[in-house]
Amino acid sequence: MSLESVLSRRGRIWFDALTDGAGAIESGLRSVRVADAALGGEIARFIAVVPDAQNRFPRARSGEVGLDEGWALAHQVRAFAESTEGPRRPIIAIVDVSSQAYGRREELLGIHLACAAAADAYASARLAGHPVIALLVGKAMSGAFLAHGYQANRIIALDSPQVMVHAMGKQAAARVTRSSVEKMEELGEQIAPLAYDIRSYAKLGLLYKLIEGIDADAPGRIDVDRVRAELMSAITDTRAGSSDLAGRLTSPAARKMRAASIEVRLRLAEQWDAHS
Amino acid sequence: MSTNAAARPDYRHFLERRSFIEMSARERVRAVLDSGSFRELLGPFDRIKSPWLPLQGIVAQADDGVVLARGTLDGKPALVAAIESAYQGGSMGEVSGAKIAGALERACDECSRGRLILPVLLFETGGVRLQEANLGLAAIAEIHAAIIALRRYVPVVGVIAGLVGCFGGMSLAAAMCTRLIVTRQARLGMNGPEVIEQEAGIEEFDAQDRELVWSVTGGEQRYAVGLADDLLEDDADAIAAAIRNAFREGPAPGRSTQIERYVDLLRSIDPNQPPDGKSLRTLWGRTPKP
Repeated sequence: MSLESVLSRRGRIWFDALTDGAGAIESGLRSVRVADAALGGEIARFIAVVPDAQNRFPRARSGEVGLDEGWALAHQVRAFAESTEGPRRPIIAIVDVSSQAYGRREELLGIHLACAAAADAYASARLAGHPVIALLVGKAMSGAFLAHGYQANRIIALDSPQVMVHAMGKQAAARVTRSSVEKMEELGEQIAPLAYDIRSYAKLGLLYKLIEGIDADAPGRIDVDRVRAELMSAITDTRAGSSDLAGRLTSPAARKMRAASIEVRLRLAEQWDAHS
Repeated sequence: MSTNAAARPDYRHFLERRSFIEMSARERVRAVLDSGSFRELLGPFDRIKSPWLPLQGIVAQADDGVVLARGTLDGKPALVAAIESAYQGGSMGEVSGAKIAGALERACDECSRGRLILPVLLFETGGVRLQEANLGLAAIAEIHAAIIALRRYVPVVGVIAGLVGCFGGMSLAAAMCTRLIVTRQARLGMNGPEVIEQEAGIEEFDAQDRELVWSVTGGEQRYAVGLADDLLEDDADAIAAAIRNAFREGPAPGRSTQIERYVDLLRSIDPNQPPDGKSLRTLWGRTPKP
């Protein structure tokens, strides 16, 4: 099997479907796709990280966020946010990232900083008033998701078995915790934050919307129109709210599954000022 | 005897030095803040523990391994958050992550009202606690968000002392700090050597090769190539002084915004003939101080 045939094409499929080939911006990397395309009555910047079998860094050929990708994301987000005058335009992160690039070169040359730069750019654009929406169409793993998508105002996801969120790949996590993939899957069924599938993730209250009934691999016109409508609705909701991430703690699901996160903040508020 | 003493001028200093690395997280926070100003928030008596660890047969500690305190630095209001590496490897779970994120959010809120609070983060963490997986990752994203928001008002100062170092998603938090202080015993990296070896093979990274590991992620290396701002000895007083010094300058965006500089630096690298730690110091190194 060639490398291409096992790599996820989801990011590319949805990038092409949503931008319809319009407004392509040259990022300088085959692995970072950027386009300024119409969304509703305005122009949004769409960004996807996709596999590139010829990537100059061998450890970043399967759709990982590597050194070049991190810095390119940072540049593309900042360039858009800084060039905009007038109404703040939306940024859509199309997320299908298998992991950050694991390698010796990557560590030496500061992959942590490259990923931080991307997250920083997304967060800064959000704080500046640009609606930032993450659309999960495939894997949203670990540091790659932190760099590309997790700073969004709203996270929406396709309800598909290949859409996953986790802190570490299944095999690696099993090795690190001296467990087995089977045991981890069993545990994930009982304890939602440990699961990989998007339906379990939706229970944590971090998602704004889980879009059901979409053909994620071969979207037809109706599928694309529905996702576009959900993106627009997330943008409208963002503009009506705050520029921070407080919205991730307010849903009924969050009140239940992130009760401890909420309690920590309430107790901090009580204790913040000294009582005499 | 006296000849010996004269030949070793640092001997007395070495003896009198208080090791920061050997301190617990709580002792570190006390050592950083002005004497007598330490007031802990969500301390062990508040018993806010991980709701997820007991479900997996693991005893949950009453502070979830993060010490938060308000106090002062040179008389100015400050907030210090320290991660306890002795508990679950300093890993970030829902509660420990929410303590750091929530405290930074409050500090940001105060700063936005014109009441400045100086934030200090004492890192010692392997990243996400895998037993809380997605809630740890979500909390780290919220820590990132809070650092970026807070950095608009005040410098955010990070310290990596060792011996655990700072890895995973928290390495991004360290990179977002306005000023990052490290010791020679510190390590900073996104992926730990063992994980890289597992994922990419021993020919990519031999986690047992200590010299290799330190030449890539060690504090001295990170400082020498410009990925950290201060390199200090393991000395609590020196670290406390460097933190105060970092706040003398105003808010600044930090190196995670220096896109052009790092794109240029990376462009000059040939991945087929990658530099080793030593040659990267020549390529990216600081200008030697006269």
